[in-house]
Amino acid sequence: MDVDRFEIRLSGSGGQGIILASIILAEATGIFEGYHVSQTQSYGPEARGGKCKAEVVISSKQIDYPKAVQLDMMLSMNQASCDAYCFDFKPNGLLLVDSSLVEQVSTSRVVGLPFTEIAREVAGKDLVANIVALGVLGYLCPVLSIKSLEAALAARVPKGTKKMNSKALQAGIRAAEKFDMDSLPRSIIPDEEEEI
Amino acid sequence: MVPELNGKKLLLQGNEAMVEGAIAAGCRFYAGYPITPASEISERMSYRLPQVDGTFIQMEDEISSLGAVIGASLAGVKSMTATSGPGFSLMQENLGYACMTEVPCVIVNVMRGGPSTGLPTSPAQGDVMQARWGTHGDHPIIVLSVASVSECFSIIVTAFNLSEKYRVPVIVLSDEVVAHSRETFTIPPADSIEVVDRIAPNVPPEWYKPYEDNSRGVPTMSSMGDGYRHHVTGLVHDADGFPTDKPEDIEAFTKRQFKKITNGFFEIQITKKFNLEDAEIVVIAYGSVARSARHAVAMARAQGIKAGLIQLVTIFPFPKNTVVNVMRQCKAVLVPEMNMGQISREVKRVNPGTTEVFKYNRIDGQLITPQEIFEEIQKI
Repeated sequence: MDVDRFEIRLSGSGGQGIILASIILAEATGIFEGYHVSQTQSYGPEARGGKCKAEVVISSKQIDYPKAVQLDMMLSMNQASCDAYCFDFKPNGLLLVDSSLVEQVSTSRVVGLPFTEIAREVAGKDLVANIVALGVLGYLCPVLSIKSLEAALAARVPKGTKKMNSKALQAGIRAAEKFDMDSLPRSIIPDEEEEI
Repeated sequence: MVPELNGKKLLLQGNEAMVEGAIAAGCRFYAGYPITPASEISERMSYRLPQVDGTFIQMEDEISSLGAVIGASLAGVKSMTATSGPGFSLMQENLGYACMTEVPCVIVNVMRGGPSTGLPTSPAQGDVMQARWGTHGDHPIIVLSVASVSECFSIIVTAFNLSEKYRVPVIVLSDEVVAHSRETFTIPPADSIEVVDRIAPNVPPEWYKPYEDNSRGVPTMSSMGDGYRHHVTGLVHDADGFPTDKPEDIEAFTKRQFKKITNGFFEIQITKKFNLEDAEIVVIAYGSVARSARHAVAMARAQGIKAGLIQLVTIFPFPKNTVVNVMRQCKAVLVPEMNMGQISREVKRVNPGTTEVFKYNRIDGQLITPQEIFEEIQKI
């Protein structure tokens, strides 16, 4: 598939595994799908907490500017990061939020699923909420196959946690399958504006 | 088990690629002290060097780190260290010592916001002039910059090669964005990488003069312990390596320091050129900002504006000839930097007087975006 800058932003609180999720995403698209990718991040000096943001740019061509310019997808794992980083969407840009932690959103194209609750159900731990989210993101992302995502996940997570992580990923994929995408508007720009 | 990395497509951070580049260039000694955003270099060195029979040591601070690096290099091992602004400040004294004693070594400075502790996790380009003039005294030095993961690999190799060839410390300026960005990169096969080594003395030990001039201005270098007498001092020294106060020796010594670098301008001054053929507005940038600038130039071209880019890989010695030649042909130059304007001064200094020089500066810990540079180009 020919891709010109498909851009994804992942955000949340420091310690939620946002950067790890972005690395798995970058390896899935960069190494297993064979695209050019650029993965960047920004975080504060705190060890835990504080806003955290990671971005993955995917392209068939070499990437000049390494950060996101206009987002195709964004993931938000808490309210603070959703408020801070929810901008620069393409008209068909899609926001994914953890509905157990995010109450207010500023766009109409939103997929809200309780990543943290799902993680607790399937693994007994909040810890893998990032991987549940990654499952949802991977299912909805047009430039990435589930197979590549599974391979990248298995190659990156520590030994002994593969089963738990794989369960979390599958739970995310199942949740995304059930979500009715047709219920969302096709563009965040209202129809009358689109005609002009 | 040493993993085979060559030829395999990897997702690497800029910092990690620097380690692989250094090892490919023959680096077998690293001394350092951890500091954000350069710590990943130490971390990867700590397990990669033992795999290739190298030595990693974490020192008590940055002063001793560079001291250890100079010592290891004198013993004949290619050596490097890496740090960020606060550590780079501490290294200035030993950096001067390496200049004075002409010991090859590579120093990476991953720039963050400053001065002092500053902004540990945010990018900046505030150490450009410090890299050139941070240590005291009249001295030539080579300062290179990197803008991508693949350059982190290739430019470190260049840094070692220049350092060995000219017996001069080489500083590589990176920044937080380049250092922490991950990109796919395939490490080239070892036999495709050009590696330059210092030239050993080719005379019997009793004839050897460690600082004797020659046609290149670069004396041959013995390794400690190989039987050649080699006195090392931070005082100005004569050809035998011993302190001197004779004006003619002092002048000859200092002039040779500059001559050897000037002789090598043709290969030391590295630039990358994009869309310059018919460019009327030229952006001059380095480091991560050069990547924003490339995107901005493409945006401007799409709007019919004749824009081009010079990416400075070598910052010092400042690539005057390339910049002046381009300035003679274009109408205006824009210099975007993540500081208050350190390289824009150099550009103004070499301006043949035919071109307007604009600067664009951002000092809030954020990378300059393509949109910002594009808007500046439009204003011109």
